[in-house]
Amino acid sequence: MRLASYQSNGVFDEMFAPNGQPRPSGARFVERLQSLSDGSLQQRQKAAELSLENLGITFNVYGHSAGTEKVWPFDLLPRIIDANEWAVVERGLKQRIRALNFFINDVYNERKIFKDGAVPEDLVVSSKTLRSQCLGFQPPQGVWCHITGVDLIRDQDGQIYVLEDNLRCPSGVSYVLENREMMKRTFAHVFQGMSVAPIEDYAEQLLQTLLECAPAGVSNPTAVVLTPGIYNSAYFEHTFLAQQMGVELVQGSDLVVEDGYVHMNTTRGLQRVDVIYRRIDDDFLDPKNFREDSTLGVDHLMDVYRAGRVTLANAPGTGVADDKAVYAYVPEIIKYYLGEDAILPNVPTYLCSDEKQRSHVLSNLDKLVVKPTNESGGYGILMGPQASQADRDKCAAAVRANPREWIAQPMLKLSTVPTLVGDELKPRHVDLRPFVLCGKDIYVMPGGLTRVALREGSMVVNSSQGGGSKDTWVLRGGQSMPPLTPAAQETN
Amino acid sequence: MLSRVANSVYWLSRYVERAENVARFIDVNYNLTLGETDSLGNQWAPLVYTTGDQDSFAERYGEPTRENVLRFLSFDEENPNSIISCTAYARENARTIREILPSVVWEQLNKFYFMVRTAAKISTTLDQPQEFCERVRLASHLLVGATDATMSHGEAWHFSRLGRLLERADKTSRIVDVQYFILLPDARDVGSALDVVRWSALLKSASALVMYRRQHGKIVPDRVADFLILDRHFPRSMHFCLMKAQESLRNITGSASGTFCNLAEQRMGQLCSTMDYTSVRDIVQHGLHQYIDDFQNQLNLVGEAISDDFFTTQQQRKARNAATMSQSQSG
Repeated sequence: MRLASYQSNGVFDEMFAPNGQPRPSGARFVERLQSLSDGSLQQRQKAAELSLENLGITFNVYGHSAGTEKVWPFDLLPRIIDANEWAVVERGLKQRIRALNFFINDVYNERKIFKDGAVPEDLVVSSKTLRSQCLGFQPPQGVWCHITGVDLIRDQDGQIYVLEDNLRCPSGVSYVLENREMMKRTFAHVFQGMSVAPIEDYAEQLLQTLLECAPAGVSNPTAVVLTPGIYNSAYFEHTFLAQQMGVELVQGSDLVVEDGYVHMNTTRGLQRVDVIYRRIDDDFLDPKNFREDSTLGVDHLMDVYRAGRVTLANAPGTGVADDKAVYAYVPEIIKYYLGEDAILPNVPTYLCSDEKQRSHVLSNLDKLVVKPTNESGGYGILMGPQASQADRDKCAAAVRANPREWIAQPMLKLSTVPTLVGDELKPRHVDLRPFVLCGKDIYVMPGGLTRVALREGSMVVNSSQGGGSKDTWVLRGGQSMPPLTPAAQETN
Repeated sequence: MLSRVANSVYWLSRYVERAENVARFIDVNYNLTLGETDSLGNQWAPLVYTTGDQDSFAERYGEPTRENVLRFLSFDEENPNSIISCTAYARENARTIREILPSVVWEQLNKFYFMVRTAAKISTTLDQPQEFCERVRLASHLLVGATDATMSHGEAWHFSRLGRLLERADKTSRIVDVQYFILLPDARDVGSALDVVRWSALLKSASALVMYRRQHGKIVPDRVADFLILDRHFPRSMHFCLMKAQESLRNITGSASGTFCNLAEQRMGQLCSTMDYTSVRDIVQHGLHQYIDDFQNQLNLVGEAISDDFFTTQQQRKARNAATMSQSQSG
């Protein structure tokens, strides 16, 4: 495999330094890669793709006919993260999640942060994702965000920034685990001896987190995963997590509220449920308390929840801290509750609700990325520099009509990782979504989901829009990589 | 286990078994007709009766030519009982319960579906359908084997076996019914040579020829009926399927032998015990066609009761009760 021609111009490459030499974290891997015979990488890539299809590792794409399944796109070349750098990221994530949990609890209870003037009250209470149904509620263990998937990116200056917090129903963790399986299956001799931090205990950690947050006094709690059903884009993940944890995967119609508790319909009658890892948005959880046209939810679920007889993970109402306008204040939030400076910086963010910032945004639409404050999956985003004038005009009108619903950020140059394109390795832009679990303790899965924009020059990594994925290796701390063993060397 | 999951696992295995049986019917009929010069219609029409879809076939295809029947039974996605539809339904059911399936079972089912879908795209598959039929049969065996070898033999497994055996009992009854209709007039004709080839083919379609020979030796029509309907050891005979289905049902409910705790068990028990004490002479005297017709009706009632006792949710029951209440009040 020849790597001499690989070049990533003007951006930070995760594998190679600007002088063309591999970075220390990638050196051993590059050495092994070079020992591969021509065509061997492509062969393994094909084997991995076939395997993904046979295993039915898929996602659904909206906007196509119902049930359109696409095979999960996986690129065999990993993204490698140095142990020391990861230690900083891990501390930063734990800090962030602790602060955000305090913040959400405060918003729904005492609202001290507003009284102390650290965050403007009207900005938060005007958030569409504030749920008045949660006012005065205190969840078990004080945990609102049990599962978080924080989006990180590295700009060309080499700094890692937090791009989004995703505190509602972040998805992708199943693909992290499947990508690792795929790596071990098809690239075993390269993976072997690389001293990569294991991620395989995630399901165990997740189950523990859920059970720890069961309603007080339940000695042997029953947890379930609640899915909107087979046509949801993340359906594969829902089945995967239920299977890995050994709990039931339920749909709304499987659950019923009777005598003040939530039960599931089983072949032996009703059985009580104590913890629901729900993968349904707040709005659809309970037609009696939220949207009444929801067919996915459970009547009166929120009543049981508020009575403290069932735990919902994540808690309803966490979206308030996920709002992109509130996001801009997370450094202040960390400072306020923990008295610490944020370890992981935010991407500079302009709030369109602020008049001065808005006029800056409107006169720089061709340089900025403009985002709606309450969408996910990359929907509704304007990439200023690449957009047409017509799109920019449309966006400007939307911003003027509803400034609170928009923010803008500078166009960042996402870092790249070598990716197999045809027969060659090409730089492709990536982001990273680590997953954080919060129960009695906080657990950060080493690595996370590396999403890659497969189109040349593209920065859009969403799988619904032509993104792929990679295995993410966090090298274990304090160890340099062991020398290549003869068994691991490929000879053919 | 969840009612919805039990429902899906039950139907998943019913659909796989259905696909396998359709492949068996096609395979045997194809072999039978290979050396024939008869008009093709006479040879292929019975197959459509076997699956019970004659009306929809007549409406959409008209003539039961070989090509039409093969396409209808194999790759017609509008025929809910075609092989491709059955594998697609099986896979859809599996997709909703992946969390309870061993991954090897899901992987096999997925490969099974892809195999059928790929075969459907190749225009020459049905020119000589034996190879395709064999692959369907083997894929089904592989699935059943993988399920037996890797899935805990608990409630979900018993629902899976229950579905498979009820489907198999139904399909064996249908093929016996249809083939007897064709074969028996000949057999009763004094002096006419017994159509050994056809009778063997009937046994073969249930993979029963070798086992039959060991049990009964010569081919005798009543003994063939006896073997396919009442044999207690052959895994595709109607009686065997029912015995084992009853066993699974008891494992699910925990009822002692000879007792019942719901309608499904009661009906199943009644059907089984009648079979336990039936001889082939009774069946022939009663009229074989009539006997099988009754059997199928009772089997359907068992299926309905299973659905009602195990798969119906609290919400559905309440809605139904409310509906009957308002009906009785208004009426």
